[in-house]
Amino acid sequence: MIRSTGSGQAQEPTVQIATPPQARTPWTRRHLLDLDELSRDEIETILETTDAMKEILGREVPRVPALRGRTIVTLFYEASTRTRASFELAGKALGADVINIAAGGSSVEKGESLIDTVRTLEAIGAEVLVMRHFAAGAPYLVARHVSASVVNGGDGPHAHPTQALLDLYTMRAHIGDMRDKRVVIVGDIAHSRVVRSNIWGLAAMGAQIVVCGPPTLLPAGMRPSQQQTEEPLGLPNVEVQTNLDAALEDADVVMALRLQTERMHGGLIPSIREYATLYQITPERLSRAKTGALVMHPGPINEGVEISPEVATSIQSVIEEQVTNGVAVRMAVLYLLARGKPA
Amino acid sequence: MCPQDGALMDAPGPAPVGAHAVLTADDIRRAVRRIAHEIVERNHGLEGLVLVGMRTRGVPVAQRIADAIQEFEGQPVSVGALDINLYRDDIGSVDRAPHIQPTEMPTDIDGKTVVLVDDVLYTGRSIRAALDALTDFGRPAAIQLAVVVDRGHRELPIRPDYVGKNIPTARDEDVQVLLQETDGEDEVRIMKLIPEPER
Repeated sequence: MIRSTGSGQAQEPTVQIATPPQARTPWTRRHLLDLDELSRDEIETILETTDAMKEILGREVPRVPALRGRTIVTLFYEASTRTRASFELAGKALGADVINIAAGGSSVEKGESLIDTVRTLEAIGAEVLVMRHFAAGAPYLVARHVSASVVNGGDGPHAHPTQALLDLYTMRAHIGDMRDKRVVIVGDIAHSRVVRSNIWGLAAMGAQIVVCGPPTLLPAGMRPSQQQTEEPLGLPNVEVQTNLDAALEDADVVMALRLQTERMHGGLIPSIREYATLYQITPERLSRAKTGALVMHPGPINEGVEISPEVATSIQSVIEEQVTNGVAVRMAVLYLLARGKPA
Repeated sequence: MCPQDGALMDAPGPAPVGAHAVLTADDIRRAVRRIAHEIVERNHGLEGLVLVGMRTRGVPVAQRIADAIQEFEGQPVSVGALDINLYRDDIGSVDRAPHIQPTEMPTDIDGKTVVLVDDVLYTGRSIRAALDALTDFGRPAAIQLAVVVDRGHRELPIRPDYVGKNIPTARDEDVQVLLQETDGEDEVRIMKLIPEPER
């Protein structure tokens, strides 16, 4: 970004340019399937690369030739606005060719299997495959069958690594070191792939993680009626709360999740209104958190349900910034996966 | 800075042997101060002058030149930092994505005289990438090039305007510029590269 002081103004003394830290371990991964496989160092590499990508997005013409001639395919079996659009923008900003395939309107409708579809895409030159699928684990299956790099753009309720990375990036931009910071994730924990990836990412960065929601929206193994164990979920340990007021006490970050009505087969909550009464982030509830605590939401928001309108538009809300950072984070991921020697 | 420009890289490759110093800390200091004088002399002052260091080691060199100019002329010079990794032409021939850092342009470069600063000039490919990158930021009135060491073997029609020292080398040699800011000491070394055994 150009830090111009504007014309006519006296030139500032020479800018201080920090000497870079010692080079990190070189990036060696071919796929990004979830954050559970990444070390803190690898996550830092992605976040630092994102810093450089943000500078590019701030330019008048946000385009560099880093992935010129490379082909990226987004293959989406589920609806998406921000993830698909931000991957496309990210690929184009790096100079790659981006092809978007939605399951509806493709040969998937004629009954082509997932593996046949990805092999076809690879045959036409796809080097990076960004996929979203309703079945948990689908990108893992694909990664075993193709030589292209696979990026998980969300698989069922399982994982959404680039969302968690952009959340981490946004938190880091405001808070800095996340060690021992209290991050409260509120809402539909059971159906959320965002929360799972965030738990892995936040745990790697040393944050203190709290999940909060009605017992029916907590996954088995986290419900208060059960002995909490690590085994049934295989996730890092988190604090579980069903009382939002208690959960918010001293929070550094409050992340509300979307109520995934399309994944709920009825009966999990009495009504949306009752949910909003008990679990909506309101100014009064937010006052229990630390002053200036960040308010986040992965989107899309159900208006007036997860977050009250005054909180969603307050200065504590970084929801729009999350979307903007999404493009930069995805540029970093695409760059790291695709810039090396082809397999 | 690219590996082909022969600086310290963590990438596996030929192992250096028989390193010997060709420039001492004092030599580097004198070279930097001379380059600073030459830049001011050639451009008749500091009007519209911007120094842009190429990451990694071009940045501290640019900062030192700017400090020297400030000392002689009593006026500050803008310093920027350029990461050229996203503009390299060797895509697919390096094993891994190089670690990139933000580019920082302190000022609008339209109509300015930009002095690119790097540690070692070798094939000239990094400079080509840097010229592409600068073009994305605007249209400078002129771009000049300052390097601590010119080791020859150009592969592109590029020549430096300010040189700390010309060091004739063979292709199987490596030149390393070590700087206090990045390496804890000031020294320029030359060494033989032993090719990796075939596997």
